[in-house]
Amino acid sequence: MERSIIFAGFGGQGILFAGHVLAQGAMDEGAEVLWIPSYGPEMRGGTASCTVIIGDEPIGSPIVDHPDAAVVFNPPSLAKFGPIVMPGGVLVVNDSLIEAVSGRDDVDEVRVRCTQLAQEAGDDRLINVVALGALVARAPLVRPESIRAALREIVGRKRPEALEIDLRAFDLGLASASQAPSAPAAQAATWSDVGAAR
Amino acid sequence: MIAHPGGSRRVLMKGNEAIAEAAIQAGCDAYFGYPITPQAELLEWMARRMPEEGRAFIQAESELGAINMGLGAAATGARVLVSSSSPGISLMAEGMSYMAGSEVPIVLINVMRGGPGLGSIQPSQSDYFQAVKGHGHGDYRVPVFAPSSIGEAMELIATAFEVAERYRTPVMLLADGILGQAMEPVDLRFRRPERIEAAWALTGADGRPPRVVRSLHLVPEDLEEHNLHLQEKFRAVAEHEVRWAGEQLEDAELVIVAYGTAARVARTAIARARADGLKVGLFRPISLWPFPSALLAALAERVRGMLVVELSAGQMVEDVRLAVEGRVPIAFDGRTGGMVPSPDEVVEALRELDTTGLAARRSRRARRRQPGPVSGPEHTHERTPLAASESGHEALSIFGDDAWMPLWYTSPVPSRRGGKR
Amino acid sequence: MSAVAAAPRVVYERPAVLTDVSTRYCPGCGHGVVHRLLAEVIDELGVAGRTIAVAPVGCSVFAYEYLSLDWCEAPHGRAPAVATGIRRVRPDAFVLTYQGDGDLAAIGTGEIVHAAARGELITTIFVNNGIYGMTGGQMAPTTLLGQKTTSSPTGREASLAGYPVPMTEMLAVLPGVAFAGRGSVADPSAIGKTKAMIRKACEAQLRGEGFAIVEVLSNCPVGWGMTAPESIRHLKEVVVGTYPLGVLVDRTGGKRNAGAPHPAPSARATRSGATAQEG
Repeated sequence: MERSIIFAGFGGQGILFAGHVLAQGAMDEGAEVLWIPSYGPEMRGGTASCTVIIGDEPIGSPIVDHPDAAVVFNPPSLAKFGPIVMPGGVLVVNDSLIEAVSGRDDVDEVRVRCTQLAQEAGDDRLINVVALGALVARAPLVRPESIRAALREIVGRKRPEALEIDLRAFDLGLASASQAPSAPAAQAATWSDVGAAR
Repeated sequence: MIAHPGGSRRVLMKGNEAIAEAAIQAGCDAYFGYPITPQAELLEWMARRMPEEGRAFIQAESELGAINMGLGAAATGARVLVSSSSPGISLMAEGMSYMAGSEVPIVLINVMRGGPGLGSIQPSQSDYFQAVKGHGHGDYRVPVFAPSSIGEAMELIATAFEVAERYRTPVMLLADGILGQAMEPVDLRFRRPERIEAAWALTGADGRPPRVVRSLHLVPEDLEEHNLHLQEKFRAVAEHEVRWAGEQLEDAELVIVAYGTAARVARTAIARARADGLKVGLFRPISLWPFPSALLAALAERVRGMLVVELSAGQMVEDVRLAVEGRVPIAFDGRTGGMVPSPDEVVEALRELDTTGLAARRSRRARRRQPGPVSGPEHTHERTPLAASESGHEALSIFGDDAWMPLWYTSPVPSRRGGKR
Repeated sequence: MSAVAAAPRVVYERPAVLTDVSTRYCPGCGHGVVHRLLAEVIDELGVAGRTIAVAPVGCSVFAYEYLSLDWCEAPHGRAPAVATGIRRVRPDAFVLTYQGDGDLAAIGTGEIVHAAARGELITTIFVNNGIYGMTGGQMAPTTLLGQKTTSSPTGREASLAGYPVPMTEMLAVLPGVAFAGRGSVADPSAIGKTKAMIRKACEAQLRGEGFAIVEVLSNCPVGWGMTAPESIRHLKEVVVGTYPLGVLVDRTGGKRNAGAPHPAPSARATRSGATAQEG
């Protein structure tokens, strides 16, 4: 079984980092994983995305036609990736920047006020970590504790002073999505059904 | 961090960085490069790590500078790595020809991107011809190894140094933008090939006759003799350095032939096709030169068709056709310009091949039943064992840290290499 | 005069690293003189056993037949890059490039400029005869204005082919350059001064002071369409007008500008020992 997740937004929103933390957490649980960034001439402000594929066998194709989950941080990303999420999948939407809705009735659309929660955690740039928390709350890809361990590993190594805020942002995101009501239509297909068609 | 048996550590590493570190651990004495996407992280890793190790690093003024610094350093017997991406490799073609001619061992990595010209920076396999059929001028060949995972790339770097030094030849590692940019878990297990006495290297003619590293032989008779010597060496490489991997070939009726990232797409496509009832296997050349032609020819005796998948307009497919010599239909599926075929596209191509392949076989059988001078070549569809000894090739199917285990065929790995792994 | 007979004194002999063969150079060509000067300096400095020299593409492509040293042949123009690679893994070696004007001032401008900019500890002997000799006398970047060559048959015209390139002056402005000078092979006095400059350029490397280059103006009787004596006269009277002789920059022996061009060689010298053992 392979699960694929796409993170997408503006360059500078921490897209690649969020994917990296998820991949690290999955690997630490013993899973096979592949993290593929979109790479382009833009360093900041352009579009950025990354794909994380998690599986129990070595990962095959790096190309994902229909991700099991998407985490979108800006309107163009919702427009691009919202429609291709696998039915029954999870769509985490950065409600702070995106007004539009996907219009999908067959996915679990989770709207998260990322900026507000990041501010609450202590650093309004951490929308990526908040969204990661929301993703993990709704799509049981990796245990929250593994994500916390991955944050300790990655953030703790490079910016130990920021670790506490990152952990708080993750927990706030996790809690917000655990509480948020599911879109009723999402019940039509559940996460465990995703990918069964393969 | 997960502790693995044998005490190795499993870490998440970016391809470019893992390859660079594997080169350092393999004993690379000097690295020369020039920034180009998508291999810039390789240069950056070396910029930090090589001075830490007290080894040579230069960001050269151009790829011309980089490859020729490589030539100078390698001519002294040092273990040298140079890397670039497609447009930069074109500039290095001159140096590759000189090093092939003057028999200087070096390892060159091409993290391929889309072409021609400036093209794109997205992953591609459109430099197959360039890598395999010769980069620069002259009659020469260079061993080319194509990893399809980051772990395999790390292992192949050590192999590349080994082969380069054993045969005194440049060796190319052919990767692509995805392998360079992606992160995968890798075991931090490294291999450092033993050094071979370089009785030709330039060290200063102190107490011995002077040595000259050169490719110039102005007298035609001399140059022909030199070329005959090179050709003999290339034959030895072709005989001993064939590497490939197979998967689910045991019951396969159709085979996908693909290398590098294309082979990973094929792997997913094969899983989907098998779920649909198509018996498909994977043949993955790891050495693109020498190409595993004899093994493919043997495989062609027992399957109905082959589909070549590439991130190009169709380059390796020509070598597959040459190897198979019309025994079975060969189909092609590829994307260009930095696009990567999706698994579903490949499944679609398999279905098409399945239909036409069946039709082709029916018509061949029909022809065979008709007596007369125009009957087609005789084919047997009995199982032909793909034994290395039969073809006279020492075929290495290496798997290393890559978990692409063959289900049907494993070749004995010579203890010479196996012992060190 | 003493009654005791004076012991015979050698006043002229073949330098030890100069091989005992006839060169392929045309009669009257200056390359032979430059080879000899270099050979004398290498002998005097006692560095033959640790010299790794880089041969160019051009008339001096066969330099390895005339100087008994370890040589690496470089692609056209790339000698400074090849020498850089050698230098960085062999800090104990004495590294030379021997290049002509087509090699250094046309196709190899990038390599020479950046080797000099990095202050590589290499010594470059740059033989400038203003023409592509080996390929049949075509115009070089150093060809004089008005000079007729097989590819500027009516004479080099600035509007079409630009101006002669003063490479050594250009290199002299780079802080990584410890020594840059221009000599000639026109007469014994000039030859003596040229040898002194070559010695200084080699010593600069041995002392770790930076990149050093000596441009040697030479003649090409065949390419210039002159007899040998005519070509020497032309060199003395005309060529030096465009390329004045003398030291262009000398930052050796404490005269050098502040700032070492690259890491102290000591760390790399240790590494070199390791390489020598393993290699």
